[in-house]
Amino acid sequence: MIVNLSRRDFLRTGALAGGGLLLGVHIPGLKPLAALAGQESSIRILNAFVRIGTDDIVTIIANHSEMGQGAYTSVAMVVAEELDADWSKIRVESAPVDPVYNHTVFGIQMTGGSTSTWSEWDRLRKAGASARRMLVEAAAAKWGVDPSGCQAVNGVVTSGGRTLTFGQLAEEASKREPPKEVALKDARNFKLIGKPAKRLDSPDKVTGKAVFGIDVKVPGMLVAVVARPPVFGGKLKSFNADKAKAMPGVRHVLDIGDKVAVIADGYWPALKGRDALEIEWDEGSLASLDTEAQGKEYAALAKKAGAVARKEGDPRAATTMEAIYDLPYLAHAAMEPLNCTADVRADSCEVWVGTQFQTADHAAAAQESGLKPEQVKLHTTLLGGGFGRRAVIDSHFVREAVRASKAVKAPVKVIWTREDDMKGGFYRPRAHHVVRGGLNSEGRIVAWQQRIVCQSFIAGTPFEPYIIKDGVDKTAVEGADELPYEIPNQLIDWHMAPGGVPTLWWRSVGHSHSAFAIESFMDELAHAAKKDPLEFRRAHMAKHPRVLKVLETAAEKAGWGKPLAKGRGRGLAVHESFGSIIAHVVEASVSEHGRVRAHRVTCAVDCGPVVNPDSVKAQMEGGVVFGLSAALFGEITFEKGRVQQSNFHDYPMLRMHEMPEVEVHLIPSTERMGGVGEPGVPPVAPALANAIFAATGKRIRRLPIRPEDFK
Amino acid sequence: MTDLTVNGKKVSVDVDPRTPLLWVLREALGLTGTKFGCGMAQCGACTVHLDGEAIRSCVAPLSRAAGKSVTTIEGLPTELGVPLQEAWIAEEVPQCGYCQSGQIMSAAILLRDCPKPTDKDVDDCMSGNICRCGTYSRIRKAINLAAKKKAEGTRK
Repeated sequence: MIVNLSRRDFLRTGALAGGGLLLGVHIPGLKPLAALAGQESSIRILNAFVRIGTDDIVTIIANHSEMGQGAYTSVAMVVAEELDADWSKIRVESAPVDPVYNHTVFGIQMTGGSTSTWSEWDRLRKAGASARRMLVEAAAAKWGVDPSGCQAVNGVVTSGGRTLTFGQLAEEASKREPPKEVALKDARNFKLIGKPAKRLDSPDKVTGKAVFGIDVKVPGMLVAVVARPPVFGGKLKSFNADKAKAMPGVRHVLDIGDKVAVIADGYWPALKGRDALEIEWDEGSLASLDTEAQGKEYAALAKKAGAVARKEGDPRAATTMEAIYDLPYLAHAAMEPLNCTADVRADSCEVWVGTQFQTADHAAAAQESGLKPEQVKLHTTLLGGGFGRRAVIDSHFVREAVRASKAVKAPVKVIWTREDDMKGGFYRPRAHHVVRGGLNSEGRIVAWQQRIVCQSFIAGTPFEPYIIKDGVDKTAVEGADELPYEIPNQLIDWHMAPGGVPTLWWRSVGHSHSAFAIESFMDELAHAAKKDPLEFRRAHMAKHPRVLKVLETAAEKAGWGKPLAKGRGRGLAVHESFGSIIAHVVEASVSEHGRVRAHRVTCAVDCGPVVNPDSVKAQMEGGVVFGLSAALFGEITFEKGRVQQSNFHDYPMLRMHEMPEVEVHLIPSTERMGGVGEPGVPPVAPALANAIFAATGKRIRRLPIRPEDFK
Repeated sequence: MTDLTVNGKKVSVDVDPRTPLLWVLREALGLTGTKFGCGMAQCGACTVHLDGEAIRSCVAPLSRAAGKSVTTIEGLPTELGVPLQEAWIAEEVPQCGYCQSGQIMSAAILLRDCPKPTDKDVDDCMSGNICRCGTYSRIRKAINLAAKKKAEGTRK
């Protein structure tokens, strides 16, 4: 899926209605995934990333969704830098759905994989530089001078004492041919990039003005709450809507395909209407699903060899230690419950949704509405958290809204309750890791075997040919198949666990479980070798100096080896994912009641060159909290096929009083730019578990950590 | 009809009085700054002020607000809101931002009642507000900054 980045060039520019500069950049040789896209690249005539108004406002069209990770600000910084724009005049607008906005690597319009900044780095710098060049040429033509005598600075073009603002030049500039080649700035001349910039979305987010999907208002809109099968894979047998329809405010009750939508004047009557529904379900084959029994099934699978993800040396090399790590299904639990608004008419369909997956959702809306793709307009709102849950391969939450609106011929907003969201599946897959290792007499690791059992959410989707190779789903084994340690004999294999429970990418995907097994086992081996965990890792990292530097930085900043308060222990872990390396050192203690407290987390990051340093820090802080919530509380379990958790009382999140002190150290780096949204998460749980071992001597091999683990 | 005052304006709403105030604010009055997060007073995203006290509007029936005064993020008085909102921006608190209306509504009461909050005060007042993005450290810093700014303003 990696494309030749040098093949980018510029194709098109055009004038916007009302004047202004519209600049488009096209990447030839990148086709959308045909099965998902369902649209031709020739539909739209104008493609755009930069728009300049006569009022000097520069609007950056963001093709990456803003879900908290700061994408709107970082992509705007990249454009504004090369444009030499006045940062105070920058605005961001979400892009419409068009192949020109497709991800430069993944080939569909989407946000995910911690890729927004690095994947747009070249394209948006060129977009900014090209627009700047056109503005300079327009000014030069106006003044009758050579463009080389003109300069763009902070939103204006100047030459010999004359000045024109970008707004004054926008219309003329938009009529010019875009340059074939543009010179990009030397990093030494960056004014914005690399320095902390204030997030562009903050003012609206502190005043309640920010519009998330759930806040969308459409005239005449109804609200739907949907009854979904209580067991995954269940089917609708029959339902009686009499009582629901008799509820005040309920307008329609309808079957939208194995789900029953109660459509009302507002959320509350819709919810009350749903409570009054009488439904018979055919629960299907998962009606007996039980977490404990499933655990035994996974363990049995792990007895047999799986599909090989990596093999080095002699996999039969002697292993003397074995540890089994178990990690549960996890819900994304974004603060904004899932929702989608659709307005289907005879010849048009509009969708408002906080999505990470525009291409798929747009195609799904066209399919469900029975309209042509060009009749479907999808508006991306702000996302009240995503974490992968809003990058849905089957677009189910968009389909529900489109079906409902089409059926009742009115705009409909489908709102999921928190319970719907929690019980609605698409979890981080449950994972079972069996790790075996062998040490030689000098305490070096000679063999490492890791067998992973978990579901695949890629098998059977259009992504399969890209992500599953030789029977191995990369998202199931990632991290484990690229250990940062020199170990001569390695065997990493994988069993695809039986499906049925909908699973999905969850912030850091496979790394979220593989790092726990790897970095916990490294700690176990270090103790078996009677070595300090940092020393032990260092001895195996001669060929990974970049990773080692991150680990050493975190250790040094955390005061590794220095005395600690009584009852506390320090643990460390390092992990590379999404092109970035993160190490955490956690300081933790366990109370006499078995309550774990993380007191301090010291984080070091090498994510390559940094666009917005404060945003990187914020993502690391957030990743720490996300990782701690999962390690301490996160668990989705099943009994009789039903999800047992429902809301934040039984699927808790870390809260203010449990928040550790977090410090983040950015390592200056000229390596290739990586991502930051996800990679802060994977090393949290193992660093915490290793700290608990240091504090108590108790080894944690199952998440979440439970008070009874200390009995 | 239920009569109440919302952000200083008298309003009359024709909604079932058992409807949670949250949905009256969001759907009948169009004040969408107050968010739905859990529906059971677990997350604090729906925090508003009822006669000057922070409440979870997702579990407060409209009838409870009858004849009373409701303040939402949109109508937070300048002296309570602006120092916090400025501090929130200065400390770059919001990520996804969905919970932040509720966080600020809780913090506003904290600073009104406790102008120099200790860490324990912040824990006690703010632990009912979940932030899934994990902005807690910055929320704490922003509260402390707002408290400091307010104290400086009072001295002048």
